[in-house]
Amino acid sequence: MSKNKNSFIDFFASVKLALFVLFFLAVSSIIGTVIPQKKPPEAYIELYGDNMAKLFQVLDIPDMYNSWWFILLLGLLCLNLIVCTIKRLPNVWRMVTLDNLTTDLSRLGKMKERKTYHPSGSINEAASQVKNSMTSCGWKSSETEREGGILLFAQTGPWSRLGVYVVHASIIVIFIGAMIGSYFGYKGSMMIPETTSKDTIFEFGTGKPLKLDFSILCERFILTRYDTGAPKEFLSDLVVLEQGKEVLRRSIEVNDPLHYKGHTFYQSSYEPYNKFLVTLTNNNTAQSERFLAEPGKEVKWKMGQSDITYGIINRQATNEPGVLNYKIWFDDESGEPSTFWILDGGSVSVPRGDTDYTFTLKEFFATGLQVTKDPGVWYVYIGCILMLLGLTAAFFVSHRRIWVFISNEDGKSQVLVSGTSNKNSLAFEKTFEKLTNKIDSDLSA
Amino acid sequence: MDSSQLLGFTTFAYLLSAVLYIGLFVFRVKKIGTVATVVTLAAFLINTAGIGLRWVESHQMGIGYAPLSNMYESLVFFAWSIAIFYLFLEFKYKNRYLGAFSMPFAAIAMALAEMKNPQITPLIPALQSNWLIAHVVTCFIGYAAFAVACGFGILYLLKNRKKEHEPEGNMLSQLPSLRVLDDIIHKTLVFGFMWLTAGIITGAVWANSAWGTYWSWDPKETWSLITWFIYAAALHARFTRGWGGHRIAWFSIVGFGSVMFTYYGVNFLLSGLHSYG
Repeated sequence: MSKNKNSFIDFFASVKLALFVLFFLAVSSIIGTVIPQKKPPEAYIELYGDNMAKLFQVLDIPDMYNSWWFILLLGLLCLNLIVCTIKRLPNVWRMVTLDNLTTDLSRLGKMKERKTYHPSGSINEAASQVKNSMTSCGWKSSETEREGGILLFAQTGPWSRLGVYVVHASIIVIFIGAMIGSYFGYKGSMMIPETTSKDTIFEFGTGKPLKLDFSILCERFILTRYDTGAPKEFLSDLVVLEQGKEVLRRSIEVNDPLHYKGHTFYQSSYEPYNKFLVTLTNNNTAQSERFLAEPGKEVKWKMGQSDITYGIINRQATNEPGVLNYKIWFDDESGEPSTFWILDGGSVSVPRGDTDYTFTLKEFFATGLQVTKDPGVWYVYIGCILMLLGLTAAFFVSHRRIWVFISNEDGKSQVLVSGTSNKNSLAFEKTFEKLTNKIDSDLSA
Repeated sequence: MDSSQLLGFTTFAYLLSAVLYIGLFVFRVKKIGTVATVVTLAAFLINTAGIGLRWVESHQMGIGYAPLSNMYESLVFFAWSIAIFYLFLEFKYKNRYLGAFSMPFAAIAMALAEMKNPQITPLIPALQSNWLIAHVVTCFIGYAAFAVACGFGILYLLKNRKKEHEPEGNMLSQLPSLRVLDDIIHKTLVFGFMWLTAGIITGAVWANSAWGTYWSWDPKETWSLITWFIYAAALHARFTRGWGGHRIAWFSIVGFGSVMFTYYGVNFLLSGLHSYG
């Protein structure tokens, strides 16, 4: 029974399984990059024929990265990482916290890196000299009395042995973050016409409406262009409303979203309507009104005794790319109608007899927002940081240990310097040589 | 003088450098080596100046951005990364014979860049992000390391095969010993793996800040992960099963094939979001 259990654990802890899973993940991942994903079933029939399309549906190929077998492979990788870590960590922890002053002395004479010296002084003198040499080379040593002599020990980076397990843990943390995201998060979009507010998101894929407990008002959407006419930046001035009250105001652009209550609102698209937002203000009475005007159609505003009538009657390109100039016809029943030009987004003062008006005009858009709620994203980021820290420790820091045993052999002092490194042995050879050269020259001085 | 002319010179300079290093490798005339290093250094400086000038030019056009945003610019930066990485190795290992297996990659990258349109075009909104710069820089440092590791992998296999047939006195004897070569390959792979990891992570952060999804199984993303799996497998095989020598050399070649597919093949053969380079 316990033997079976052990071989079961050994299998799931094995590097062989890890290599197998990595290989299969790599190979099967290719499928989804070659066969288009998440297309309607008819698309596969058209591309690959009836039988192949059926086979694909059975194997979940059209959405393979969410298929049971791909998730199973990822799960197997996690299980492998966890079991391997549980199995190995206790031994590694022992290595990290080991008291190396109790090391079996007979091992020292068998290490690959070792040097022996015979200084003339007593063992105590030699010990303090070696200690100084080690300190000047950056090795902080501790010492103890052992049978027949004094043992010095110094090490660097014992904790780096944990690096690889930090990397393994980081992968688990990233998976946990991804799972939290897929269970408790969602993605959708909303289209908000300027000057209006919305509180419903339409989920991607399903199109299901999801209601927020707050609403988003789009005050203004601005599209700027390069000289070539290509879009340069989309910008929306958004206001968050809680029960109709403003709680937050922020402009967003692509790459600079709005965060509120666990939701993130990304600028993703826009929709033009070929309509214009016009604000008309009577500067004498401070009366103001906002209109949605269509080109070529008359707009009337009843104000006091006089009716105001205006219309957008022409348009013209300007030197500024993508910015248009509009011609307005304007009448308030006091004398000849006025005509004037106004830039998109501009404001013009219209003097009419003893009344002054201010006329503003801006093209009317709806801003397209992508909305995500992903409570797992911070776990993913923490996992990523852990992974980079773990890889740094695992790859670039080695656990180097130096022992110096100073003993009395036949009335003469003997100094045995030996050392090991758990990785990068070529570099350690050089470090060891530098240290032993220093010890040698200090002892013979 | 504009940046595309400077980068045109760079192409010739890297080609010359590659030819000189190969000449050094074949004829073993020490003098060629000195010239090769000088040419490579000069080519690297012209390359740097070209990238800098392109940056300035984009600002003069009023659309200032770091020149790391399309296939042309990334190939130029790829060549730059290979050159600096190789120069570092030459300096560190004091061996010029490795150049014949590194600098051709820089020359090829520049030659591929010359086939692209070097015109500076404004960035679409999604590309206007500092994470993009971090993403491109980290990825290409990694790619450069993998390119060099692949070159050394080929070298290792050549030397390993020759050693079996004719033990002494061939041109490969000038090269570092197999043990040192194996060590360089391993370290280069480790270095590349570290930067590839950082490149995938910065890419994910960028995607999340632009689209709200850090991972969407786009072909480019998936292939970068496949590459990551391949190198992860190589490192596990080495650390725990003691794989080294010709097996790791093969891994460095296969891995680089996957890198090149991620970088280049995906854009031509598969469709996806990542269409800018």
